[in-house]
Amino acid sequence: MKRAPARRPPVLLPRTALRRLLLALGLPVVLAAVWWAVSAGSTDVYWPPLRTILETGREVWTAERITTDVVPSVLRLLIGFTAAGVLGVALGVVIGTFPRVRAVTEPVLEFLRAVPPPVLVPVIMLFAGIGDTMKVVVIVSGCVWPVLLNTVEGVRAVDSVLAETARAYGVGGLARLRHLVLPSASPQIFAGLRQALSIGVILMVISEMFAASNGLGFAVVQFQRSFAIPEMWSGILLLGLLGVLLALVFRAVERRALAWYHGLRRSRRTS
Amino acid sequence: MTRAAVNGGPSDVRRRGAGRGNALLGLAGLCGFLALIEALPRLGFVSPDHLPPTSSIAAALAEETSDAAFWTALGDTLTGWALGLLIATAAGITAGMVISIVPYLREATASTVEFLRPIPSVALIPLAVLLFGTDLRSTLLLVVYAAFWQVLVQVLYGVQDTDPVAEETARSYGLGTWARIRHVLWPTALPYVMTGVRLAAAVSLVLAITAELVIGAPGLGARIAVAQTSHAVPDMYALVAVTGLIGVLINAGARAVERRSLAWHQSVRGEVSP
Amino acid sequence: MLDVRALRKVYEGHGRHVEAVRDLTFSLDAGELVCVVGPSGCGKTTLLKCVAGLLEPTSGEVVLRGQRVTGPPPGTAVVFQEYGRSLFPWMRVRDNVELPLRQKKHVTKARRRELVEHALHAVGLDDTAGAYPWQLSGGMQQRVAIARAVAYEPEVLLMDEPFAAVDAQTRADLEDLVRRLWQELGVTVLFITHDIDEAVYLGERVVVLSSSPTVVQEQLTVDLPARRDHLHTRADPRFTQLRTRVYEEIQAAKRGGGVGGAVAPPQPLDKMP
Repeated sequence: MKRAPARRPPVLLPRTALRRLLLALGLPVVLAAVWWAVSAGSTDVYWPPLRTILETGREVWTAERITTDVVPSVLRLLIGFTAAGVLGVALGVVIGTFPRVRAVTEPVLEFLRAVPPPVLVPVIMLFAGIGDTMKVVVIVSGCVWPVLLNTVEGVRAVDSVLAETARAYGVGGLARLRHLVLPSASPQIFAGLRQALSIGVILMVISEMFAASNGLGFAVVQFQRSFAIPEMWSGILLLGLLGVLLALVFRAVERRALAWYHGLRRSRRTS
Repeated sequence: MTRAAVNGGPSDVRRRGAGRGNALLGLAGLCGFLALIEALPRLGFVSPDHLPPTSSIAAALAEETSDAAFWTALGDTLTGWALGLLIATAAGITAGMVISIVPYLREATASTVEFLRPIPSVALIPLAVLLFGTDLRSTLLLVVYAAFWQVLVQVLYGVQDTDPVAEETARSYGLGTWARIRHVLWPTALPYVMTGVRLAAAVSLVLAITAELVIGAPGLGARIAVAQTSHAVPDMYALVAVTGLIGVLINAGARAVERRSLAWHQSVRGEVSP
Repeated sequence: MLDVRALRKVYEGHGRHVEAVRDLTFSLDAGELVCVVGPSGCGKTTLLKCVAGLLEPTSGEVVLRGQRVTGPPPGTAVVFQEYGRSLFPWMRVRDNVELPLRQKKHVTKARRRELVEHALHAVGLDDTAGAYPWQLSGGMQQRVAIARAVAYEPEVLLMDEPFAAVDAQTRADLEDLVRRLWQELGVTVLFITHDIDEAVYLGERVVVLSSSPTVVQEQLTVDLPARRDHLHTRADPRFTQLRTRVYEEIQAAKRGGGVGGAVAPPQPLDKMP
């Protein structure tokens, strides 16, 4: 929202880096402090003091525990996410390029996408048991749809003038794919990947809650079942932290890869 | 595509004619998909214990629909979905408007929103189990947490899109806060809100089913879990198909509502939401 | 060099057809600069796309160097009107100019770099090689598109209303640029426009198209001196005469086609955006 400059009280907070830092960190610090203070004397089993949670967390999440529980989870997620990305883009390019293929597959794809991904866990357990394969397959089968459908949209929306330019200059085959189709669809592909990432995290946790012998989701549920409440809380915080971290990494990659797109949009908005 | 795009007239004609053909092709694709599932187990490519043929899934579905418990479960799922979506939408719109109106609040909350949004709501499952057990409230906790951010973020985008000139005009005419919300901010933000509700509707269904499946809150998800543990494989597939159909209906309905509100506002806003 | 023979193009829809071009016959000699002018909606773009091999004619043919055009022929470069949509926004200016060259197998990397540099220099854009197209003004973007065509070393250069969307001053500069490049490179240019002044100023010959259903209304040789500039050429009485001729032809075409009616509009309707 744009406010008139005159209405802004400039004396209170000068526009500096310090001000921005304060605004960015202020509320999180305040919230953490409030949680700390309010929960400090808590005797409620379910709501242990934040201090206890953090202290327990330091004891629980040792290097060993991280290698046995966190690393496998993250690895499954990354493998599944990458595979879904490659598969989704490849199929999406094929379906998006041939209108007839798209017409035939569209209703089926709409249906498969609409199936809530977590219900795939029991289905895939039938085929793939309860090992790592099952978890990776679950993640792939949940993440692939948003990537695929967004790629189809992106490939279809290639600008007709750009396509004719490429044709007129003899840019065809793989060069067309590399220089025209994929870059042109990349904003949509990234939108699909972002959706896929959050679905992937959900499926990582759920597949481990269902059946596993290690992993973050498994650990958190174990703590809850054995009423190790501060440990459980520390696990929840760790899961949240992982989600935030993945989102940050993804955003950094997206900003780099789509620098041209954001620049283009900015230039259109100002002109 | 390239050929048809030369000018408006012929391509329009082509598209209208293609619409009916595409529907037929889509129907053929759907039939092919069902036939494939029928054939794979019958021809021995997969075990019918893992993937039963379409016909036995259909039979199981028919049996399910004649069972009153199925309809109760369906009702429970839809209740959790609708209630969660409603709460999340109301909370998201209110919070979004407050954040946009109060000076400094937008900047002060930006980092917090960015931090809380990617926290997977399934991380709250153990907490929900402890606090509410297999109650509907468990479902609501997960649904509301996941759906709230979708609405909130779209409201913030939408209000940011407000024409500064309209804002200034409203101010210079001395419109109060309420009048500004009603006549300037809300109309601009409405299409974005609709986009947010569409996204939230899909997410809500996923989380409602998840809560039922993992926690055991009553609903279709819990029924799937029961079918799984009792090895009623065709029933499980039938229920999975039902959740998919609900998803299709929710997507189609939400898209129709969104399109209507977009068409209404096309004259007001230039660009389609990000 | 380039022959358009009895070209006809009909867009077929379901149960409806639109005849964009009825019957076009004309030809270009090697090294000639010919402008095609006609009222809006007379199928100029369709003509250009058929010549570029981007569209298949319904009947008739386009023959380039004795070979019938069935797809985009090598050695033909195209500059489109929509500069904002014909440059690849994810590529820097340098890569945009280089991309078509990378499809030519016999051009080495060093040679490519040389061609790109030379082409950017020729259009006066030495310093923008590292910029993205959308960081440039409209006129500069169209210069990049021209540089891309120049670097391609074409025998035939096709231009589809390339300056219809830039402001008047930029347009005058770009028109001079096209004349200069044509003289320097000895390339055959087919320049399509709806602007009568532009057609007469640029061309050695002007092909006037009728309004739809489109046929060749008239061909005029522009006997203006080879050295042209906006100040003197446009003040030349011969320029005014030619322009009036073209204008009358277009009006006659419209009356003949029964579109414009008996009363001629006061202004040429060609000054459309």
